[in-house]
Parts: sequence; C-alpha cells; structure tokens
Amino acid sequence: MAKELKLMKGNEAIAEAAIRSGCDGYFGYPITPQSEVMEYLMAEKPWEKTGMVVLQAESETSSINMVYGGAGAGKKVMTSSSSPGISLMQEGLTYLAGAELPCLVVNVVRGGPGLGTIQPSQADYFQATKGGGHGDYQLFVLAPATVQEMYDFVFLAWEVAFKYRNPVMILSDGAIGQVMEKLYVGDYVPRWTKEEIMKISPWATFGKPDYRDHNIITSLELDSAKQEIHNHKLQAKYREMEEKEVRYEAIECDDADYVFVAYGSSARIAQKALQLGREKGIKVGLLRPITLFPFPKKPIAELSKRVKGLLSVEMSAGQMVEDVRLAAEFRCPVEHFGRYGGMIPTPHEVLEALEKQIINRK
Amino acid sequence: MFNPDIIKPENLVYKKTSVLTDAILHYCPGCGHGTTHRIIAEVIEEMGIQDKAICVAPVGCSVLAYNYFNVDSQGAAHGRAPAIATAIQRLYPDHHVFTYQGDGDLAAIGTAETIHACNRGENIVIIFINNGIYGMTGGQMAPTTLLGMKTATSPYGRTVELNGYPLQITELLAELPGTYFVTRQSVHTAAAVRKTKKAIRQAFENQKNKKGTSFVEVLSNCNSGWKMPATKANEWMVENMMVKYPIGDIKVDGEIIKK
Amino acid sequence: MTEEIIIAGFGGQGVLSMGKILAYSGAMQDKEVSWMPSYGPEMRGGTANVSVIISDERISSPIISQFDTAIILNQQSLDKFENSVKKGGVLLYDPNGITHPPTRKDINIYKVAATEKAAEMGMAKVFNMIVLGAFLKVKPVVTEEFIEKGLRKSLPERHHGLIPENLKAVQVGKEIVETVNQL
Repeated sequence: MAKELKLMKGNEAIAEAAIRSGCDGYFGYPITPQSEVMEYLMAEKPWEKTGMVVLQAESETSSINMVYGGAGAGKKVMTSSSSPGISLMQEGLTYLAGAELPCLVVNVVRGGPGLGTIQPSQADYFQATKGGGHGDYQLFVLAPATVQEMYDFVFLAWEVAFKYRNPVMILSDGAIGQVMEKLYVGDYVPRWTKEEIMKISPWATFGKPDYRDHNIITSLELDSAKQEIHNHKLQAKYREMEEKEVRYEAIECDDADYVFVAYGSSARIAQKALQLGREKGIKVGLLRPITLFPFPKKPIAELSKRVKGLLSVEMSAGQMVEDVRLAAEFRCPVEHFGRYGGMIPTPHEVLEALEKQIINRK
Repeated sequence: MFNPDIIKPENLVYKKTSVLTDAILHYCPGCGHGTTHRIIAEVIEEMGIQDKAICVAPVGCSVLAYNYFNVDSQGAAHGRAPAIATAIQRLYPDHHVFTYQGDGDLAAIGTAETIHACNRGENIVIIFINNGIYGMTGGQMAPTTLLGMKTATSPYGRTVELNGYPLQITELLAELPGTYFVTRQSVHTAAAVRKTKKAIRQAFENQKNKKGTSFVEVLSNCNSGWKMPATKANEWMVENMMVKYPIGDIKVDGEIIKK
Repeated sequence: MTEEIIIAGFGGQGVLSMGKILAYSGAMQDKEVSWMPSYGPEMRGGTANVSVIISDERISSPIISQFDTAIILNQQSLDKFENSVKKGGVLLYDPNGITHPPTRKDINIYKVAATEKAAEMGMAKVFNMIVLGAFLKVKPVVTEEFIEKGLRKSLPERHHGLIPENLKAVQVGKEIVETVNQL
C-alpha cells in the first residue's frame, strides 16, 4: 500500500481517515476541542471525491440519531464530539447498542463535570467503558495515543463494528486531538456499493427487495422473555470481544519491578516518566491498554503476580484504576495518580507519585 | 368466520394492500391510526415504491408501526425520527423515507429535529398524527391539547397559566422555506379519507421530484384518551379540534395559501 | 537530539504558523516532530502559544512543561515562560513591547528586534520568519534546505510565490540576532 507522509492534527487525522476508509456519512455538531474534524471534512468536500455525506446537525442528539439512521441502513457512518456533547449522545448510543448497529463515535475528551473546561481530560472513562446510557450494554472502546493511531483506529473501528454489529468509540482527548504529528496515510478504500451492503449487512433497511421480508431496526421488545434472550445475545457478544479483541502495548515490562498502567495522552506522559525512572535506576515498565473495553485484564493479572506495584496514571480522579484493581485482585499494591479538570500531569510528577505511593509506601 | 374458498375473483371488490403485513393492528377501534396506515401503504403500492420506501416509526401509540408497514423500517428514539430520516434519505437519495409521528413525539420532545429537518428542506415525507393527547402512556397532556381539555396531567383542564397554549406546529412549519407542501387532513369520514389519500400521494410525488419536505398532518380522535365512544369522539373532534386546527392545505408548491 | 521548544506571543503574530513551519521542516529532514497548540478562548486576541518538539527518537509526551528553548514575543509570555526554560537552555525574545527583560543568569538569552526590522523593511507579513531565522542561528536544529521544503509542504500552493520572501526573512533573522547573556 502506498504510504504518504503528512503532518496533521489528531482531529484532522480522524477526518482524513474517514474519507480514506470509505465512510459513507459524518454527522456532527461543533464543540471544542474537536471541531476540526467537521471543519476539515467540510473543507475537503468528500462528497465530490467519494460521495461521502457530511452534515452539520442541529445538536448532538440529532447527530447521533442521524448515525442511527445511517447505520440502520447498512452504511459506514460516524460522528465526533467532546464530553458534554457525548453526554447528549448517550440516548442514541444505548439505542444503537440495543439495535446492534455498527458505527463510529469519536470522543475527544475535555475536563468536566458540567461545561467544565476545554482542556484535555480522561474523565469520561466510566461513561465510555461502563455503558454510558441506560441498560446493559458495552461499546467497543479504542484509546489512541498518537495521531497515527487516530487515523489507523478509524479503519479498525469499521472492522470491529461490522464484525460484531456494535458501536465503536474512539476515546481520545484534547491533547491527541490538537497535537500535530507525522502521519502516514494509505490508499483510498472505496465506499461499499449497495450490492456489497446487501451482502455485508443483510439485516439493514436499504429498501425491501421481493425475496425477503421487511427488515426492522429497533431496540424495543415488549415481551420480557424475548428481551432477556436479546440481552443474553448481547452479553455473549461482549464476552467474545473480551476473548478475541483485547489490544495493548507493553513497554519495558519484562524486567520491571513497577508498572504504569496508562492509556492515550497519559501513556505518553508515563512513558517519559518511565525513561526518567530508568535513568534513576528504577525498573519501571508501562502497560498501555489500547482497547479500554475489552480491558486487558489478563496481562495486568499476569503482571500483578510478579511486580511490586502498579500505578494507574489517568487524567481523572481515578476511574481506570478500578479495572486495574479488579484485574490485579490484590496481588500487588495498585494506586492511582491523576491530574484532572483539564490539568495534565508532568512526567516528573508521575515518577514522584510512583516513588511516594508505591516504592516508598508505608 | 373466514373462508377464502367462497371469495370468487369476480366477487372481489376490495383487497388489502400487500404493503401492509398481516399483523393484527393493536390500535383502539375507531382510532385514525389504522386508516392512515392503510392510506400510506396503498399510496406506496400504487406508486410501485415498496422496494424504496423506508419507514421511521416514532415512540407513541404507533411505536409498532414497523410491524404493520411491509417496508424496511426503523424504530426511532422519542422525537428523533426526522434526524434518522434525514440521514437515510441523504445516504439513499432515490429512496422514499417517511416518518410517522404523533403529537408528543413530533411537537414536544422532537421539536428541534422536526423544525431543523423541515428547515433544511430534507426530501422526506412526514406524517403527523394529531389527537391532542399522549395515547400510549395513558392520556397525558400533549403540546396540541386544547385549552380546557382534561387529560391525566391536566385533570382540571388545560389552562394558559399552568400549561401555555396549544401548539400549532403545522402552521409554524409552513413558514419555513424548506417545506414544500404542508397540509392538515383527517380520516373521520369517507370523504376525508379520500382527501387524505390525495394529500399523502402528493407528498410522495413531491419526494419523487425532490422538492423538499412534505408534511401531512392527520387529525385523529383518541377515543380512549378522550374517554368517549368513537363516534362521539369524532363529533367532538369536528366541533373542537377542527376549530383550533382547521382542515385544508396550508402550503402548496412552496407557497403558503392559507394563514 | 531532542529539542523541546515553546513559541509564545499574541494571537496574530504568526506564532502557530512559525511552529508549523518548524515542525514541517523537521519532518522533511526525517526527524520526529510534534506541534501542540494552546487552544480555546485564549486564541481570540489574547496570547497564543505552541510547543514544538523535534527529535531523532520517537516522541513520548507532546505535552511539555519545561523547555530547551523559549521563543517569546510579548511581555505576558515572558512572564509566564521565563522560569520554564531548562537550566542551560535558550530564551530568545523580541524586545518590542518588553518592559521587564529576562533576568535569569543560568540560561542563554538572545534577542531579535524582528518587529522593528520587519517594519523597516516592509516585511510585516514574514515577521515570524525573521524570528525563526534568529532561532535557527542559535540552534540549527534543521538546515536551511529543509526549511524551504517545510515551507513548500506547509503553505498552500497559491502562497508558494511567497517562499523567497520567507527565506529572505530567515536570513535577516540570522543576521540581526544579538546575544544578551551567554553561559
């Protein structure tokens, strides 16, 4: 595949990846710090190049329902927003999950609660990985740490979304959205034809042909017994994801006495703290979850059997640390270090926290 | 008693359209939903667009409309049908996407979606059933509930002080440049049914010609919610609902013809 | 080699685009780069700043709080970032509008009268490139050849006619940069 070097913001990389991955439709509403996604798309006019539809909706509520409509009709559709907008989308997300519709939602997280701040944060971890809206459901959650991953994960998202008929969320943050880095882009993947859609998503509402009954997209089932069966099916799907789709990166974990667990921007800060620690002679490693759901429970469990402590580094008051603790099952100390409300920890702070909270813990 | 053997082809005077499924309608006897369903289905059949028609069903009494229309369908979250229809229509521009919504869905919780879809002039058909009450949830006040009308949440009658005014959303939508055809009809008499069918046919023809949004309001009684026998409910509708919500075309070919 | 830079000044001074050209030039020279702007309401008429990292290795964190070099274009930014320069690092500033010059003795300090020079030569549009030239004289993290390539890549094609003027401004900056404090 031809690779072309570009220099791009994370948000722009999402938009470029959408066009190149054969996305059929983007529906969004402006909010800082991710507005560049739609701005880039509108400037690129992909409807002239690939036929992709781009529409600015009247609200995030409307955007996510446009995604529902497009996804229900078998198209590759997506939206993006930031925390307050993603909160508005929770209604749509639970319907999408209930109706088992493949789609992509990008959250470029900012600090909260409420209107909060526009600076980077990871305080939407619970919302992203524990459902978010009402009912028992899971999104498939990817956490990019680089602009390249912002791009690559759009492609991965379509793969997973259509394989499992499930909404996929890319959980990014203001830093990864705004930073500009080198990016290698690949060839254009053509959009699916109607014939391909009929084959890939025979359940979708692309218009009823004579040969089959009418297709219905809904999350409603008034018969509780049937609804329980539907829930069993969803849970089986989530377990299968846990079995087959866990992704993570282990950096210098082999000889590590202590391991940072961090994703996205925090993982990059923790990696710098790792270097500082190694310079001081502390054997530190980094485990970076790439999928937040399914969470890399097994590698963390394995680490917890042989390391002296795990430090969950997050730009939140301590959310992922709960999953780290559950995976570690008290086999080793697990602590949390975070800055929040839009503040970003420094590598020195992170190393200091490791020394204070784990290495020299009383 | 039903015996297909005694129906000879030469005796057949009427046949249910194949664009309705054989599922048994759950609507109350005398309600306008069933008739309106049949009209839409007949229009789809007559236009030969069953393979291109996509229904977006609401939340409300017609939440299960997708079980009755024999076309590909999606069930929307409460009020969001116009947003869903917007996306499907834009992604399949030659299809016939229509929403079927009640007054709570379209004129309360979904007001923003309704207004903006109409204002963008989305090439969709919106069928709006107005019975002035929330039927499915048990007869609560709707935005279109008349002043003085008793409902479960306005048990002493709707008042301006407490609840504000009945919303004439259809007249409001006619003002938007994106709407091409806006009309209000009813299905309480045979003549009214014929007129409604003509209006719905017009709406789908407009869509075929990519004219923008066509909006058909259908007044219906809600005899259960209004706590009246069906015939009495129709009389009440004529005497009361039709005063506030007069029948007739409001906007035709993009021009407002009646204020 | 890893060079961690902050460029800070008023919105409209070309702070972000200077950073972008620097990052593009580094990328053209096969370096790893990152460009991280401040964003939000502070962009509107207030101060603007951008962190640029140019490195031979994979960049861990693009978010930095201590800098090898601070390029400072107004008093507010000087007040904010003087103490964030690493010991032994570089502070380069334009004296225009600076009422309280930097005082640290443990860093190298340079000044470039870019505002004045740009006005004098009628080059107000490429003021930021005069500053960039001064920086490259002090710290040649990218070579001139790649600055031109960086400009070519970062400027839209319709502006490619302006490249010679930009390169001239870089030269001017190299010539007029002055040492204030040398370790």
